[in-house]
Amino acid sequence: MLSLSVNGQSHQVDVPPDMPLLWVLRDVIGLTGTKFGCGIAQCGACTVHLDGQPVRSCVLPVGSIGSKAVTTIEAVGNTPNGAKVQQAWLDVDVVQCGYCQSGQIMSATALLDRTANPSDADIDAAMSGNICRCATYVRIRAAIKQAATGKLDILQTIVTAPEGVAS
Amino acid sequence: MSKETQALPTDEQIDVSRRRALQHTGLAIAFLWLGGSGIASASINARRQPGDAQAAAADGNPPFAPNAFIRIDTDGSIRLVMPAVEMGQAIYTGMSMMIAEELGVGLDQIKVEASPPSDQLYGIPALGGQITGGSTSTRATWPVLREAGAVARTMLVSAAATQWHVDPSTCTVDRGAVHHQASGRSASYGSLAEAAGKLPLPDKVQLKDPKDFKLIGKPLRRVDSADKVKGATQFGIDVRLPGMKIAAVKACPTLNGKFASVDDKPARAIAGVVDVIHTEDTVAVIGDHFWAAKRGLEALDVQWDLGQNAKLTTQQLRDALADSAQNGKSIVAKEVGKRPEGGTTVSSTYQLPMLAHATMEPLNTTVFVTSDKCEIWVGTQVPMRVVDVASKITGLSADKIVVHNQYLGGGFGRRLETDSVEQAVAIAKQVSYPVKVIWTREEDIRHDRVRPMYHDLLTAVVDADGKPLWFGDRTSGGTVLGRWAPGAMGKDGLDSDAVECLVETPYDIPNTKIEWIRHDMPPGLVVGWWRGVGPTHNLFSFESFIDELAHKAGKDPLEYRRSLLQKNPRSLKVLNTAAEKIGWGGQPLPARVGRGIALGEPFGSRVCAIVEAEVTPQGEVALRKAVVALDCGIAINISSIEAQVQGGLLFGLSAALFSEITLKNGAIEQSNFHDYRNLRMNQTPIVEVHRIENDEPPGGLGEVGTAIAAPALANAIFAATGVRLYKLPVDRTLLVQNGDAMQHVVSSGTGKGRDVA
Repeated sequence: MLSLSVNGQSHQVDVPPDMPLLWVLRDVIGLTGTKFGCGIAQCGACTVHLDGQPVRSCVLPVGSIGSKAVTTIEAVGNTPNGAKVQQAWLDVDVVQCGYCQSGQIMSATALLDRTANPSDADIDAAMSGNICRCATYVRIRAAIKQAATGKLDILQTIVTAPEGVAS
Repeated sequence: MSKETQALPTDEQIDVSRRRALQHTGLAIAFLWLGGSGIASASINARRQPGDAQAAAADGNPPFAPNAFIRIDTDGSIRLVMPAVEMGQAIYTGMSMMIAEELGVGLDQIKVEASPPSDQLYGIPALGGQITGGSTSTRATWPVLREAGAVARTMLVSAAATQWHVDPSTCTVDRGAVHHQASGRSASYGSLAEAAGKLPLPDKVQLKDPKDFKLIGKPLRRVDSADKVKGATQFGIDVRLPGMKIAAVKACPTLNGKFASVDDKPARAIAGVVDVIHTEDTVAVIGDHFWAAKRGLEALDVQWDLGQNAKLTTQQLRDALADSAQNGKSIVAKEVGKRPEGGTTVSSTYQLPMLAHATMEPLNTTVFVTSDKCEIWVGTQVPMRVVDVASKITGLSADKIVVHNQYLGGGFGRRLETDSVEQAVAIAKQVSYPVKVIWTREEDIRHDRVRPMYHDLLTAVVDADGKPLWFGDRTSGGTVLGRWAPGAMGKDGLDSDAVECLVETPYDIPNTKIEWIRHDMPPGLVVGWWRGVGPTHNLFSFESFIDELAHKAGKDPLEYRRSLLQKNPRSLKVLNTAAEKIGWGGQPLPARVGRGIALGEPFGSRVCAIVEAEVTPQGEVALRKAVVALDCGIAINISSIEAQVQGGLLFGLSAALFSEITLKNGAIEQSNFHDYRNLRMNQTPIVEVHRIENDEPPGGLGEVGTAIAAPALANAIFAATGVRLYKLPVDRTLLVQNGDAMQHVVSSGTGKGRDVA
């Protein structure tokens, strides 16, 4: 029996120590926001934070985690940068199919945690491990910059029409 | 409704406008397999259909359900049922906007639901069934979904006016409520639902004048964004059921090979493994979790019967296909005039590779089969086909098959197939518990239903100015349509998809002959729809060839295209817009930097892409910038239009730069993202999208960017290097500046130092 700290909660899990964290999260604990994309750390869909550092949970043996704190997409919004990134993702309306976006948001949040105002090169370095087959990269870049600076530099989507106009 | 000044359209008028829209938008080309009969028989209707009462009853039995799309509950909930599936293309948002515009509600006031399987209630006009594909969803539902919203609004207004004893024409609607300003009364839709539900359906309804649109044409946030940024959206792979087990599968790696035997003991020895079973061609290990199942599968030494493809290679396929293109008997898709005797002849051969879809969400299906029911949870573009195959495999009648459609983590055409569902049902019927079958990425790529390879022979006879007097194309490849919808093939056996964007081009070319040579792939090499379908294939060959003709004529590729577009103002406008926005002909570009133009009219839209690329001395290609000009007619959501064109273009550029599926010993050689590469953030250029505003009927969007990408890139590479690419993906060895270049560090220098592809 292993003890895991996930999103501030302690979980006792009866799994083999070589089982990747991804499948413990998804199939044992029941947190399905973290996604399976490749299984070989090539696509980043499974990115979570381990003590704030972005890691690919599909290749991370659960037995190696020890007491480190796991944060997933379900709780990253409780951190200041996680909340900023999620809001920027909404303002820029980044998502398409959305399947990779958990991992994108986890990578982007970790980037802002390290580098408050990332350059294009910083964004490339931090985000090139996350594949998006819908290719939402243009808006991901814009959303990261917006989350960092608060400055709007791309077509902003409206939540709905202003009150009273749909007649 | 005082603003609604438009004349009352009758049902007949609406149908007429629908017909006209379909003709205008060229839907009759690739995906219309109902022939020339006009309106499809199984298709959505703005009013209640037989079967709708049952569907509404199963959907919470709301008091007000005037058609298959709108459910208003007494508590005020407004639920919209989506005839198309959401796979990233923002169709849930677009369809909600069309309904909500006429219904008089905001997108923050509605919830969306996936539709249950029903061709009758949710069939897409033009496709004749409940199918999401071919960039048809907006084009084909635009009149009907607006009318559906108007029907509901009319009934809610009638209910309020009756209660208030006022003339309905003195009432207005606004954000889910009816108002009577003179008396200051208001009633929410929820409070009117019971009364409205008892009213007869109106024969005639008034659609809003487009100038009064409040939602349509605005950049609205997607209705699915909020959950997707929190990881809260349930995709098929996220389904969890009580007692559910999880299966990892391996099908015979050799295409069309079969299962022979296996000793299952090594798998059963692994903790967490529950069952080892097989189907005709697949071994499945079922476990308490995916890791146990996958480890169990890896422990097995499966014996396969490799079958007739055991020695098959890509080169064999290529050679046979080339022979067909050269010598095969063709079907003439179009012939106008005769090939001139004199003139200068230009001929080129273009080849396109097989491609995998590689949706981010690997294929998966969850199935629970009991003696009298088969329940399926899956993200599919073809829910009725899922019912059909499950019925065949289980022997249960169609009414015993329950399909819960889920959000799709990408489709790109892959989820127009049911092979993974068939496999999962065949597995699930052997066990007593619900089972979720998940394909590894390796399985997903090795058993994709690939975009077919193509071999195209293009010829032009040009006049003294270099303009084409005659254009001929002999294109050959496997037929997707012929397998997927054989009834849609032409009477002469023509696959209309195979020649799309060739039989109609933007240009004024007086004489033409377009031929298709059917070349079936070996059994087991099943070819499938891939984003952009026929246009993605033909626009690469054709627009590369037009660029060649311009070069041979000594003309600027922009000027050359302009000279052929004098009778086509819409396409000329997108061409000119793209050229102006990128500054064509302005400052000279640095060495080995070039811009390439591609123009096309795919899916009822007009699009021009100009790609600016740099080619390093070592032959690496860096995308610097892309500008797209688009005429898609009436815009629904201008934010998602931009997103679709950006993403679609990059999807096409990704394939052109990196992607090819090859075979060795009858098996697909690629297996995961390390050897089936995709565009990443560091390789992504700026992509500008400029939209032409007009009031033409809506055009398709989901595939437009993809279809126009590869030729723009190839033409840019030609402009940068003088090397014409006749084959995809880009072969970097052809682009090396000279032998010395390879002595230097690869990718050492690009303009921005970050975007080496």
